Amino acid sequence: MRILVTLVAAVVTVSAATTASAFCGFYVAKADTSLFNRASQVVLVRDGERTVITMANDFEGEVKDFAVVIPVPTMIERGQINVGDRAVIEHLDAYTAPRLVEYHDPDPCQAYWRLEEMAGSDAAMPASEKELRKSARSRGVTIDARYTVGEYDILILSAKQSGGLITWLNENGYKIPRGAKRVVDSYLKQDMRFFVAKVNLEEQARLGYQYLRPIQVAYESNKFMLPIRLGTLNAKGKQELYVYALTRTGRVEATNYRTVKMPSNVEIPEFVDGEFADFYRAMFDGQTRKENERAVFLEYAWDMAWCDPCAADPLSRKELKSLGVFWLGDDRGNRKPTVQPLAQNVFVTRLHVRYDAEHFPEDLMFQETGDRQNFQGRYVIRRAWKGEAKCDISNYQAALRERQEREARQLANLTGWDIGDIRGKIRFPDDTIPEPDEEPWWKRIWN
Amino acid sequence: MNLLDSLRDPRYYQVAVLASLLAFGIAVLDFGIRWQNAAAILLTAQAVQFIGTRAAGLPRFDPLSALITSLSLTLLLRTEFVALAMLAAIIAIGSKFLIRVRGKHVFNPANVALVTLMLTSDYAWVSSGQWGSAAIGAFALACLGFLVLTRAKRAETTIAFLAFYGMLLFGRALWLGDPLSIPVHQMQNGALLIFAFFMISDPKTTPNSPFGRVLFASIVAGIAFTIQFVFYVPNGPILALIASAPLVPLIDALLRGTHYRWDTARERALNKGV
Repeated sequence: MRILVTLVAAVVTVSAATTASAFCGFYVAKADTSLFNRASQVVLVRDGERTVITMANDFEGEVKDFAVVIPVPTMIERGQINVGDRAVIEHLDAYTAPRLVEYHDPDPCQAYWRLEEMAGSDAAMPASEKELRKSARSRGVTIDARYTVGEYDILILSAKQSGGLITWLNENGYKIPRGAKRVVDSYLKQDMRFFVAKVNLEEQARLGYQYLRPIQVAYESNKFMLPIRLGTLNAKGKQELYVYALTRTGRVEATNYRTVKMPSNVEIPEFVDGEFADFYRAMFDGQTRKENERAVFLEYAWDMAWCDPCAADPLSRKELKSLGVFWLGDDRGNRKPTVQPLAQNVFVTRLHVRYDAEHFPEDLMFQETGDRQNFQGRYVIRRAWKGEAKCDISNYQAALRERQEREARQLANLTGWDIGDIRGKIRFPDDTIPEPDEEPWWKRIWN
Repeated sequence: MNLLDSLRDPRYYQVAVLASLLAFGIAVLDFGIRWQNAAAILLTAQAVQFIGTRAAGLPRFDPLSALITSLSLTLLLRTEFVALAMLAAIIAIGSKFLIRVRGKHVFNPANVALVTLMLTSDYAWVSSGQWGSAAIGAFALACLGFLVLTRAKRAETTIAFLAFYGMLLFGRALWLGDPLSIPVHQMQNGALLIFAFFMISDPKTTPNSPFGRVLFASIVAGIAFTIQFVFYVPNGPILALIASAPLVPLIDALLRGTHYRWDTARERALNKGV
């Protein structure tokens, strides 16, 4: 019995985004979540105490091995659970991804990412409801509800003691990681219940989906948070998490960790268009270290009605509603359809966290702010003019060389890449590389 | 008052520390503090102080307290609208002149402005997580703040608040079986330390007697903990202070006669000004 349980999986394909603006540059490529392995994606729709969470699943193993255990703050009724469409999350990822701008068509890219590893198993769920409840009771576990939604079998569990709950889960084929007892105990004492899902193979065959669709849960709670502690138990190193918050007023930030904007609007050398993914990964690594691995990073914050430049079109009202944006008006009106109906009053925040138990001991707590300033991770390439010179262009070339050198240093600074390697990849005017002795001799001693 | 006497006024240290924190926040932590807001708060606060001084017929215009309030507000208040920043300064300084019991103002000026705006507007907020939890930074803040307090001779409010609040956090972790890294992380919060060292410690809005101040600090800590960890609403301490402030006149009345201190005369003189 070997199991991986993950939340959410997805494959991202990008529709070619052709929107371009002369002011903000032409969109070239984006750094979507596929850049990072073992990443998970969660959409949090929140207004007041009403919350809708969507968890995308990148689980790649046998679906019978899939299982997920999530602490939830309240009892969840059948109607509060839905199985969503992962294409919407892919679209949201594409729309909010950090972007490279210049004058090219974007390359479609693909991505896989993964959320949390937990436990799953190939042991079959006990068939009879009665047996299940009986075995649960004997462990001090209460099955508050049992539903089949889409391809998932879902249980809502509460318990007096974590020991009984963990034993029961293990007996029923959920492989709970070591060390979970303390964390489960803590959640139980905070009156949390557990939302437990497995794939119902019959339903899955009947529905005919080849992949696992995202699970959605709507609930009302004053806790605006994301439980990450169970996800830190797997001794598999750091986890990558993307949170897309959709709110009415403004940007969302963490209240118990620093929320830091990624460097943006930076000019970088032309060759980076071929290695934008490497560039973004290296920069993210660098920023994480700079913040002592304790920060939540802001990658995008924007009014959902538009974008500039667009890495993908804004989400439609229909897509937003499918994610649970409940405050949008009813579509069935007498209004004439506009060319592209835009969503009003939806502000999207994309947060990227790399976490482990050491640096993120506490669950992520959030608040909505009144900040409606738009922010995007935007990286700029300026193409050198390569036409034939009909006049003396030495001034231009000197300025260009200076700019290229500045871009090279900027890139080295952001990524930690070797400045010599960077210079080697830049096509300086006349294809000359600046003399290495232009920089102080001591700069190369330790780097 | 000669120069030496003025330098003994602990408020100069307070201004220096708050200004350094502001500089550190802007230069190192990249807080998102807008200079327009800072300017609006500083100027509006002085203007209201000036008008209030005239209206109340006070003998002299004292810019220092209003400056301290402005710095605290600038450090904690976030808004995109300059008008809201100005409104915050008006509420803060105005409350000192308008809401008074027994010759003391009831609410800490920066505190009442923050809470009023947070509760009535979607466009003002406090970014409590933005200070990060770098232990060294927290330590530095604590030391600097402590210096201010020892000069102010009112350290017991701060110490009692941090002690009670810390006990509650560690107690909660022990009860839940959580690793102690969680309460440690919760205590390493820059906004919490600023609250403890520069807001709850305000001698003008805490009880007169040392025992009263310790009692008051414990009440604030209890309410703050309840707001933050029972109701899961952020900024528990700031909300708790406003809720507890009306207790100060009550505590003063109950503990009357015990609060005369060696520096009472000087305090009385200081209390006359606002």
